[in-house]
Amino acid sequence: MSAVAEGPSSADGQSRLTKINEAVIRIAGNSQDGIQAIGGFLARLAGRSEQEVMTFMTIPSTISGGPSIFQVRIGSGDVLSAGDEADMLLAFYQHSYEGHINSVKLGGIVLYDSDHVTPKPEWLERYRHVGVAISSKTVEAIGGTGRDKGKNIFSLGLLARIYDLDVEKITKLLGERFGGKDATILQNAVTCFNAGHSHQLQDLLKTYQFRHAEVRGGQQVVMNGNEALAFGLIAAGVRFGAGYPITPWSDIMELLRRELPKYGGTFVQCEDEIASISMAIGASWGGRVAVTGSSGPGISLKTEALGWASMAEMPLIIVDVQRGGPSTGMPTNVEQSDLNIACFGGHGDSPRVVLAPSGVEDCFYTAIEAVNIARKYSTPVLILTDQGIASRIEAFIEPDLRKVCQDITPDLSPVPDHKPYDLTAPDGVTRHLAPGTRIASGKYPVVTGLEHDELGHPTGSPKLHVAMTAKRRNKLRKLASDLPVPAVYGPSEGQILLVGWGSTYGPMREAVDTFRSLGDAVSCINLKYVNPLPGGLDEIFKGFRHVFVVELNDEGVYGYGQLGAVLRARHCDPKIRGITKVDGLTWKVKEIVDRVRAAVGGAPVKA
Amino acid sequence: MSELKFPFTPLPRTGGTVTSDPVPPLADSDRKPLTKKEISADHPTWCPGCGDFSVLALYFKLIERRKMWHEKVTTVAGIGCSSRFPYFVQAHGAHFIHGRALPFASGVSLSRPDLHVFVFGGDGDAFSIGGNHFSHTARKNIKMTYVVMDNFVYGLTKKQTSPTSPIGFKSKTDIWGSLDRPINPLKQAIAAGATFVARTTHTNPNHVLEMMEAAMDHDGFSYIECLSECVEFYPGAFDASNPRKGGKFDLVPKEHDVTDEYAAYRLADTAWPGCFGIFYRNPRPTKNANEAKIIEEHRSKVSGLADWEILQKSFARMK
Repeated sequence: MSAVAEGPSSADGQSRLTKINEAVIRIAGNSQDGIQAIGGFLARLAGRSEQEVMTFMTIPSTISGGPSIFQVRIGSGDVLSAGDEADMLLAFYQHSYEGHINSVKLGGIVLYDSDHVTPKPEWLERYRHVGVAISSKTVEAIGGTGRDKGKNIFSLGLLARIYDLDVEKITKLLGERFGGKDATILQNAVTCFNAGHSHQLQDLLKTYQFRHAEVRGGQQVVMNGNEALAFGLIAAGVRFGAGYPITPWSDIMELLRRELPKYGGTFVQCEDEIASISMAIGASWGGRVAVTGSSGPGISLKTEALGWASMAEMPLIIVDVQRGGPSTGMPTNVEQSDLNIACFGGHGDSPRVVLAPSGVEDCFYTAIEAVNIARKYSTPVLILTDQGIASRIEAFIEPDLRKVCQDITPDLSPVPDHKPYDLTAPDGVTRHLAPGTRIASGKYPVVTGLEHDELGHPTGSPKLHVAMTAKRRNKLRKLASDLPVPAVYGPSEGQILLVGWGSTYGPMREAVDTFRSLGDAVSCINLKYVNPLPGGLDEIFKGFRHVFVVELNDEGVYGYGQLGAVLRARHCDPKIRGITKVDGLTWKVKEIVDRVRAAVGGAPVKA
Repeated sequence: MSELKFPFTPLPRTGGTVTSDPVPPLADSDRKPLTKKEISADHPTWCPGCGDFSVLALYFKLIERRKMWHEKVTTVAGIGCSSRFPYFVQAHGAHFIHGRALPFASGVSLSRPDLHVFVFGGDGDAFSIGGNHFSHTARKNIKMTYVVMDNFVYGLTKKQTSPTSPIGFKSKTDIWGSLDRPINPLKQAIAAGATFVARTTHTNPNHVLEMMEAAMDHDGFSYIECLSECVEFYPGAFDASNPRKGGKFDLVPKEHDVTDEYAAYRLADTAWPGCFGIFYRNPRPTKNANEAKIIEEHRSKVSGLADWEILQKSFARMK
């Protein structure tokens, strides 16, 4: 809890109230304990209280059971990562207690279920231990045969007491979540919550209160990255999708399946990954940009069809929610190791666009940009997100939906003539003409994966292959020239520039703040447009002695991560080096700081 | 954050259409049946004598006879000799990757109910690399017509064994004769849940056209198994079904009940060269119709709302 200031004693005289700016709470239990629900409530509450929030969770890759955690960081200022160290650990079991005690900062609070946890004497001095018989108190509160189901809500009550959370708002959230056909469910939830909230915490000396957040311009919505991405696609006008279930992409297809019919659209669950990209391409050919997506292995399966979309110049959205690879790898862990397959996967020269959103809010807007790039440049666009962004919850200002929602119904009015691959088109940019469009000349196009002439008919002409390859490449060069130069966070000159992408952005920016607060000359840029890369990077790199590309993948045979290698290839600059890791977890701020210091051999990084 | 670098913009069309004057719409009364000249494109690259020529000619005839609108005809194919089809048809066409023509066509059919969707392919495309899609497109009953020009051999890659090659067929990959039991496409289709299954042969043009018309009129996934001889790599494969070569062309018995799945399955097992006609025709709701119904139900709950207002309602629950 940063910036702790002692406040006046609370009314009951038992505990003192302390004002705080932010708190990191880690909840550890098993996957069926409903700990995601507590985290979700806290996140939503923060969103409604105009606070910033970010969460981090791990889930076991088994269906039921297995340890699971949910970490919530709530704050009154900018929250860019889920926090390195927890102020509070809520532990349901001995294994949760022992496994996560190291994530608590010294002097932090360990709130444990004394029915299941026996504190270790050697830790009693280092952390403030608060034992509550959570399981038995829950059973006592609701009675009946429910056993300890509801202990998560009881614990939420405890947290509400400790952090002086708005009980009225939480009660309302409980009503929204549990209010349904069976009134006893809500009644039990409220009973559990009240029991937790009124529980006397004898061992706790202090309670806390969040400082009021600055009023942010507009109401906040609270969701995870997968939800933001799916809703962004809907806002962008996508009305057809096809997919195959795979973690962590499945959430997106489930949401689109549920939501699209309201907008007159359809999402189809296909027999396999190949069918799903093929079906999405077919629908895109039908005239309206369609979406498919997957994670890890599924993306490999889609690459042949992706190559076709590049060759045939078909607009298409492919979502890749990256997870630990290769092969089945670490399905519920985060990694950024699909950059190579996203940018270069497939046979032959098959240019495509790759965008990487840096957070939950960015997922929403990136989806819209991806659709507009696909339409404008008639090209497949990959959205490269990752498990870290997909499953974390953030609060952000509700988008101006009236403004951003767009209608991309195809124009089927007749045309005099049409060449799908017109070589005279400026910058090689041609647009797909949907079937159903009458062509007065009577000459109809074929879209194809064979090398073709301007009308799409096959050719073996070396001249045409050269010209068409150039066409497909040049339109991406044109896009590159249209891309904004990334903004440097921090001064544009200094010792070290950190370069990141995707979920690395938040912790990387906090690392810059940490360096700057110590007087170190460190800045960073985030690369959202991964392929093609924007212009202006050479100029930015010139301002720094070292350029470190921070990413969640392996350093590879040659010692650079995947984006690092691309940047080195493009800029031929030996000062570009990589800082990478593959432990399946998102970057901690401290990790980045330590790794950067180690990389410069402890040399001073002052300006 | 909320500033889009690539906001929505109306995009001008490209491809030689930019500077020309707008084309007036065509009144229904001005529509004439398309002639062969209007509907044919490149000269087929098939070997002289290939059975596929007759299927192409009859497709033209079908388009002409059914007075299809030029722009509404779509021809989709995967990879193979027969899959070159879209290039030879002067209409919107897509030449997709090997084995995946059916899911591609499904995307077209489900998102564009106004189009005629015809898929052409060979036995490798349909039953080998695309075998999975054949089953699932049939099962989902997605509206389209699928004509498999089955020649029992891989022709484009020059004589390897196909999934329908009979046991003992000598190919470059089975120089001692094929060992694996061939697929019976009709049984496969019936078992997968196809709602229209017919069999014809390129040597009987009238019958091919009759089957195509019946398939086109079927509301659902209609499948035609069309024997189409590869004169180069499997000449004489279908002589037994060609009366001009001393074979016999037997029609499906009049008393056969086309709605009886088991009878159709048994009929599909008739000894070579078997019989020709409609084996199975038993409509059930298409995926197109089922999805449309779901859309209708959901749309009725949000009637009168703009898309952004529907989205706003979802967001209201996430505050």
